This record gives sequence, C-alpha cells and structure tokens, in this order.
Amino acid sequence: MTHAIPQLDPTKKKLSIIAFSGDFDKLTAVFTLATGAAAVGYEVNIFFTFWGLDAIKRKLGRSPVGKGFLPKVFGVFMGGLKSAPVSRLNFLGLSPKIFRYLMRKNNVATLEELVDAAVALDVNFYACEMAMVVLGLQKTDFLPHVKDVLGVASFLKLSEDGQTLFI
Amino acid sequence: MIHTLDVTKEHCPMTFVKVKIALSKLSEGDILEVKLTDGEPLENVPRTATEQGFEVLSTTETETPGIYTVEIKK
Repeated sequence: MTHAIPQLDPTKKKLSIIAFSGDFDKLTAVFTLATGAAAVGYEVNIFFTFWGLDAIKRKLGRSPVGKGFLPKVFGVFMGGLKSAPVSRLNFLGLSPKIFRYLMRKNNVATLEELVDAAVALDVNFYACEMAMVVLGLQKTDFLPHVKDVLGVASFLKLSEDGQTLFI
Repeated sequence: MIHTLDVTKEHCPMTFVKVKIALSKLSEGDILEVKLTDGEPLENVPRTATEQGFEVLSTTETETPGIYTVEIKK
C-alpha cells in the first residue's frame, strides 16, 4: 500500500507524538501537548498505535468494534475515549469519573474537549496500520478526522526535522 | 469589526487554544480583544500572535490587578 505524504511547510515548527497508551491520564497529556503546540503555531502529528487507537474510535463507549470474534471482545473490554482507564488507582473505572468531575469543577479542559480542540486546530491524526490489523479495526471505525493509515516509514518521514514524543 | 474573548477563567492549554481558534475566524482588518491573566497567557498570547503574522496593537492592565486586555489585529 502506498500513502501520499502531505507536503509540509518546512518553515513551521513541528511536534509529532506517538500515542501508544489508551490510558485517560496519558491521553490527556497527548492532547494537552498537541492542542497547546497547535495553538502556538506548531504543525502537530499524532500517530495512534495499539491502545492509543481507542482514543480515536468513532464509538466513545464500550462497543464490539472490529472484525472477528476476538477483536470484538477486545473492543468491548477496551472501549473508546469515554471508557479509558487511568494508569494508576483506576478503582474499576471510578477514578476517570472523579477526574472528569475535578476537571470540570476547576475549569480545566476535559479529555473530550481537548480532542474536539485538536480537531478544530487541525492536528493531524494518523492510525497505525499494523495495530489496526491485529485489533481487526478499519479506518471507518475511527473519527472522520483521521487523515490516513500509516506505517513506521511514513511516520518517520512525517516527523522528520521536528520533535517526537512517545506517550 | 471588534471581537472579544475572555480567557481569564481558562487554564493551559485552553487559553491559547481559544485565542488561536478566535484568531482563525477573523477577517482582514478585524480586531480581537482578549482578556487574560498575568503569567503564561500574558507572556505567550501576544508573542505567538505576532509570530503568526497578527499585529498586537496594545496590552493594557484592566482595573482588576493581574487581568490584562490585549488587542490583536489581523
């Protein structure tokens, strides 16, 4: 499969993030950095792989997304953005609810608001082809904002001459 | 046309995010009046607006200490 790599502005500062984790707290870090950087003029790319793909699923809750029995089971257990667990002290999903409450109470953007902001700021979302095959996911399972499905070589080309983070 | 935006209740990164989104909606010659707090927003909003080709007309402290108004023109 060949992918058209977009022609990028060489004068622009660039941040590329590999979003590996599907944890609520780590995704909050991904989208805080991504939106903050985009807002101050960076070109921002996020490459979602493995558990990180949960963040860009069209279905936000637990749903049997995916092709085949095992991917569907995974889909239900992992869910989407709304069911992301926190990496420590998750307490069977109670902690993300507490975090969302605290964020709203303190007027800090929630994870969902950050994702919306990233879309509004035109942060580039890319999905990892290999992880999609393993998890039985297709591009149509993701948000329409997902620009393309890529492999390592294309991501390296995209992130060239910028800063790259793995979260 | 003059637009206004208050980000004094916002925190990082939404202070910059809201300004950036508001700036992107301006037409040529429009002015955005941003109300923001001292510290990171005051240091970064005018700087990044200038970097992105906007003109910062003024930065003035309001009657409330620590709250500023920045006028940005497209």
